[in-house]
Amino acid sequence: MVEPVLEIRDLRKTFGALKATDSVSLDLRPGEIHALIGPNGAGKSTLIHQISGSFRPDSGTIRFLGQDMAGLDMAARARLGLGRSFQISSLAQEFSALRNVMLAVQARQGTSFRFFRPVMSDKSLTEPAMAMLERVGLAGRAYVAAAELSHGERRQLEIAIALALGSRAFLFDEPMAGMGPEGSKALTKFLDGLRHEAPILLVEHDMDAVFALADRISVLVYGRVIATGTVDQIRNDPEVRRAYLGEAA
Amino acid sequence: MSRETIVNILLALLLLAVPLGASAMGEPFYITLATRIAILALAAVGLNIALGLGGLVSFGHAAFFGLGGYAAGILATHAFDGVPLFAGIPGTASMPIIWLVAVVVCGLIALPIGAISLRTTGVYFIMITLAFAQMIYYFAVSWPAYGGEDGLSIYVRNEFPGVNTTQPLSYFLICYAVLMAALGLFWLLRGSRFGAALQAARQNATRLAAVGITPFNVRLIAFAVSAMVTGLAGALFADLNKFVSPSMLSWHMSGELIVLIILGGKGRLFGPVAGAMLYVLIEYALGGITERWQFFLGLILLGVVLFARGGLLGLLAGKVRHG
Amino acid sequence: MSIALLIEQLLNGLQLGVMLFLMAAGLTLIFGVMGLINLAHGSLYMIGAFACAAVAAATGSFWIGLAASLVAAAAAGAIIEVTVIRRLYDRDHLDQVLATFALILIFSEGTRWLFGSFPLYLDIPSLLQGAVPLPGGGQYQLYRLAIIGVGVVVALGLYLLISRTRLGMRIRAGESDREMIAALGVDIRTLYTVVFALGAALAGLAGALVGALQSVQVGMGEPALILAFVVIVIGGIGSIKGALFGAILVGVVDTMGRFLLPKALALMMPAAQAGLIGAALASMLIYIVMALILAFRPSGLFAAQS
Repeated sequence: MVEPVLEIRDLRKTFGALKATDSVSLDLRPGEIHALIGPNGAGKSTLIHQISGSFRPDSGTIRFLGQDMAGLDMAARARLGLGRSFQISSLAQEFSALRNVMLAVQARQGTSFRFFRPVMSDKSLTEPAMAMLERVGLAGRAYVAAAELSHGERRQLEIAIALALGSRAFLFDEPMAGMGPEGSKALTKFLDGLRHEAPILLVEHDMDAVFALADRISVLVYGRVIATGTVDQIRNDPEVRRAYLGEAA
Repeated sequence: MSRETIVNILLALLLLAVPLGASAMGEPFYITLATRIAILALAAVGLNIALGLGGLVSFGHAAFFGLGGYAAGILATHAFDGVPLFAGIPGTASMPIIWLVAVVVCGLIALPIGAISLRTTGVYFIMITLAFAQMIYYFAVSWPAYGGEDGLSIYVRNEFPGVNTTQPLSYFLICYAVLMAALGLFWLLRGSRFGAALQAARQNATRLAAVGITPFNVRLIAFAVSAMVTGLAGALFADLNKFVSPSMLSWHMSGELIVLIILGGKGRLFGPVAGAMLYVLIEYALGGITERWQFFLGLILLGVVLFARGGLLGLLAGKVRHG
Repeated sequence: MSIALLIEQLLNGLQLGVMLFLMAAGLTLIFGVMGLINLAHGSLYMIGAFACAAVAAATGSFWIGLAASLVAAAAAGAIIEVTVIRRLYDRDHLDQVLATFALILIFSEGTRWLFGSFPLYLDIPSLLQGAVPLPGGGQYQLYRLAIIGVGVVVALGLYLLISRTRLGMRIRAGESDREMIAALGVDIRTLYTVVFALGAALAGLAGALVGALQSVQVGMGEPALILAFVVIVIGGIGSIKGALFGAILVGVVDTMGRFLLPKALALMMPAAQAGLIGAALASMLIYIVMALILAFRPSGLFAAQS
């Protein structure tokens, strides 16, 4: 069996009496999209926060590319290649789309402690950044401040940033949220191709997108993974139907 | 050329023209006033690196302003008395050496202060920087070797190679040149990769961390560079007044430095210059009319904070633009 | 060093701590409920002291002066809340710092305008003059003991107010969720004005009580304000319990440091030098304590859950 890129074992996190993450184990294999679904409050975001390093788990391990992530902060995990998009867009709002991506390019180059050369005339930053914007279809909006982009455009920008980092795995937290049907369709197609570049752990409420994209699905309810399997297995899992899909259907 | 660039050039020329004119008309008082503006602007340019670019509301930058001042005062006193500083190291009356010492000392002290303060954010950061400045203030007050509460006089203004610093205009030109150099540094920093990371840390620290740049490191360096520039201004200020006292370290001073930036326009290249001009002008104009000028300064400041948030440059040059 | 002297210094530390608590409780309450950092809190302290001194001089009664200090500080607080502070709740801390810094300038110069530059003096009321014997010999000023008593009463009162009354319930709700409290139909603007005036009255009370120990002058609020900041930062901003603990800690550490450090150093070096270094170190001591605490607990000892 292939070595997983991301491997989570027996992760636990409580907030007071609430078990937000209850003995979660899952993995992300090369070339796959692994979707994480579950009702609101199931603990999906809490889990993503622990993987990306903004929350510290109470116990359990997270291994990325074979390395234990314990003790590494968000920036260190990002440097190792864990690219993340946020549920609520998280951008440098005053910067243009281009400058947001340029920041990721300079971070990848490890050159953030250069003090004098102007960035805007620096082709080693602007060109790769522009290329990423083109890939996500945002090149025409390169010089618009992030704050003035539409909701969907900000999602695209977040993905361009993750791409510019040359990430080895992507954590995407509800990338379709707030997008129109057209946008969702285009993004679904884009993510479909992206899985071969790096595997994606996808948190998403848009079930059409999930069923179209996912190689495997894990269902999280009350902090526990109640099932993991292929799209068909999940569709037919009685417990999933009762706990989750049944309600939605 | 953008409107802001034109305003900036006009401000720079105005600050140069006033003392030249005053010198021609034999009015040294106005030269001193302009020198005061240049030095306060320099101190605020330093703070603007931390506050304007990095969003770090340091309420303790008087610490560095005062340390720079004491560096000048202490070195000059030892040079004047011919008593070595310690371990046989003599004092000096040479400005370049004094400046170097001021900058290095401020950088070295800013690193531990920053390292502790930057673990906190928001109000805690404001208050802990204030507390560190108070710590240094009380030390200066209670340590009698260099004048304690009474301060320390510099009997003869320190020397700069090839310039007669006792002439008001020459000393103004030195300060003006240093200010312009610092503005150049600020401009370069703002446009650089480091500047991009620093401004991103202000706008959204989580984003910065998510691309793999640790905000703490970026902020710490910005805090130290900021302290160094403000410290240099302190050394010049001590030489202007030929006197240094704990009041340079006081929290009022820290507050004034923030006021300068906000009056002029936060995060803008010439914000500190516009702010210092406006501040000294208010002080001079109101001070001529009433002893209670600070009352009206308070009212003006309140008006700016509540109703004119872009400061003077916001009025003259419109909103801040980013590339 | 006698036991009596040590006890006296401890009580002095406790008295300073109580003063700081009166200041810090208001500051921390205002921050906790409204998210506002108020530099002008020291001005309210000064207003309390001036009101007490002026009214006591006019009426001959300290007690009427004390009542006047509460009224004057609360009124000043309510006025600035309605005219200025209210506009700052949604602003960032930088704007709050600047606007309240401007208020300090206005209040300080305004007070100088009204009362001149000379300090006023306030006598200890006759009821509280005299001293109490201490165990181990020695005596202690009754007035200072009374201040400690006031602190205990205020701490208890605040505890009861916040945990037992409707106003306290609203304050607690306001801390956790502004929208929820608005949804409950509470007039949030009035609540904020009341909380601000309450904090102001406590600062005014502190100023009036201290006014009888020191001279009453412009600028007296600023050292008190900065110490109160140290207190709430140590205790955790927004926490009344933290303010109480921090205030006692700062009061005792500061007083005992000034008393003991020179003596301790004298065991290691010549007395003159020890006095010098001891005094310098003691003046920095609370700031060192604060830096140490924040280095390990960046949001203070009793930080509210965030």
